[in-house]
Amino acid sequence: MLQSTETGRVEVAARHSPQTSAPELMGDRIARQRPLSTRAVLAVPAAAVLTLAIHLITARNQLEAGNRSYSISLATFLLVAVVLAAAQCWRPRLRAQLGRFRPLFTVGVLLLAVWELITSGFHLLPLPYFPGPASVLQSMITDHALLFDSTWHSLALLLSGYALGAVAGLVTGVCIGWSPHARYWGMPLLKVVGPIPATAWIPLAMVISPSALFSAAVLIALAVWFPVTMLAASGVSNTRSSYLDVARTLGAGSRYLIFRVAIPAALPSIFVGLFMGLGASFLTLVVAESVGVKSGLGWYVSWAQGWAEYAKVYAALIIMAVFFSTIMTLLFKVRDHLLVWQKGMIRW
Amino acid sequence: MVDPSLRVREVTKTFPAPENSLTRRLALDCVSLTIDGGELVSLVGPSGCGKSTLLRLIAGLDAPDSGDLLIADEPITGPSAERGLVFQDPSLFPWLTVRRNIEAGLVARGVLESQRAEVAEFMRLVGLDSFADAYPHHLSGGMAQRAALARALINHPKVLLLDEPLGALDAFTRMRMQDEVVRLLQARRTTSLLVTHDIDEAIYMSDSIVIMTPRPGRIDQTIPVALSRPRDRGSSDFLALRSHILQVLHFAGSNDPAQNGLVAT
Repeated sequence: MLQSTETGRVEVAARHSPQTSAPELMGDRIARQRPLSTRAVLAVPAAAVLTLAIHLITARNQLEAGNRSYSISLATFLLVAVVLAAAQCWRPRLRAQLGRFRPLFTVGVLLLAVWELITSGFHLLPLPYFPGPASVLQSMITDHALLFDSTWHSLALLLSGYALGAVAGLVTGVCIGWSPHARYWGMPLLKVVGPIPATAWIPLAMVISPSALFSAAVLIALAVWFPVTMLAASGVSNTRSSYLDVARTLGAGSRYLIFRVAIPAALPSIFVGLFMGLGASFLTLVVAESVGVKSGLGWYVSWAQGWAEYAKVYAALIIMAVFFSTIMTLLFKVRDHLLVWQKGMIRW
Repeated sequence: MVDPSLRVREVTKTFPAPENSLTRRLALDCVSLTIDGGELVSLVGPSGCGKSTLLRLIAGLDAPDSGDLLIADEPITGPSAERGLVFQDPSLFPWLTVRRNIEAGLVARGVLESQRAEVAEFMRLVGLDSFADAYPHHLSGGMAQRAALARALINHPKVLLLDEPLGALDAFTRMRMQDEVVRLLQARRTTSLLVTHDIDEAIYMSDSIVIMTPRPGRIDQTIPVALSRPRDRGSSDFLALRSHILQVLHFAGSNDPAQNGLVAT
């Protein structure tokens, strides 16, 4: 029944907006089509009911029926979904606002059911490597103190390393991009040292550094430094010459030219470097934590794996996903704020 | 008061030839030119005659191989706020609002605090007061060029250099802007040098027209424009002058052995 509702809606969308341009967001397009059938509003609650039912049936066959947190969470989710669905019947505005999230949440909840079915349901995947969603949630709850502590340590390590690398990268990048001397000496060094993955330095870092935490921060900084330097240098050296010429004839000195012309002009490129650096920093963080540092989410994953507690591994992975994507989103927000002048010029 | 006249004396400029880095090509060959204070002079000539090169030398962005460039008897050694520059592409800083773009010269010279009042005055002067907080990509071509003019003029330059400033505008905006530029420049008697491809524009706006010939760039002759202002684009004197200039340009062009061509600069 659910599938047929979904396909019916997609057909409606196709009929109503055949000329919609391709780059538009899927969610926007789905949200705009009118009128929405009342049945569509029930998609998320229906999916939640299905998932909850599957869980209750599989949980009955389980030996340890002790944990109920997953059923409680699903029930809470169902309750919220029902309330929101009811509200949408009365308020068309709310329906339009939430409409774009509906397909996403429906499929998301159904995927939980699929996960449950292939693990705890039909035991298609071997235990203990593939636990069901209920036990993952359970370990998240029982081990929340340690997970919170690990997240906190990861955050502190990531931010200190990232800040160090980003600042160093900006300084070297702007120098290399601006001064021919810095470019002559800096570029070969950058080209030789930069492409080495930061994690490859781990053996050396272990020998040299007094503390694992310190060397991990330096390695993260190194991973961030390379892309930021590269992109900042290219952004600064590609500053349109007419901007610099005009600024010179306005009485600008080299300080103004660097800080008020070249760096703002390079900012879009600098942000590409900051995003690349962020990805590299996640990788380096997790590797450093599972090799040397005795704290953080990376350490937690390898520690839980050592005890074959795979539910904890997945719990940490889920937290890591939320943690990393939140930081990524924050960087996007910073960029949107600083590059507001680009709005309307390029598509983000 | 010092006469802000501009003197160019026997200036020669070469550039490395693009196909062979060992030889150099002559872009300006012994060019001499005097512009009296408060005059608006146009540089007209086919592309490759070194108009823009000459403008960059006067702006101080490039240095000549030989010869002197003087403003009020002071040699030009580098770019300075006393010589404003406006390109065909307005080159507004896209990361600054219109107001901050116009302020740029004051900020660069560190005099924003004392002269802040002028910012609003110049925005009003070019009719952009309601766009103060807009970013450049929201402006039309004519508005952007007006902002670029205000940005150059707020420094009260002795000389304003205009490199085809209206070249990218449509015909109607262009004619309106010609009036506006003349009004702005005459009001403050700014010595100006205008590079243009448009003969009508040169006759309409300037006090005299310098005709240049290409390969190498030389000054062919200077033609004074003795028409009273405001000028009528359709008057017989205007049209007579126009056909005279076209004739001069035609001869200048036919004398030119285009084969040993110099690259457009």
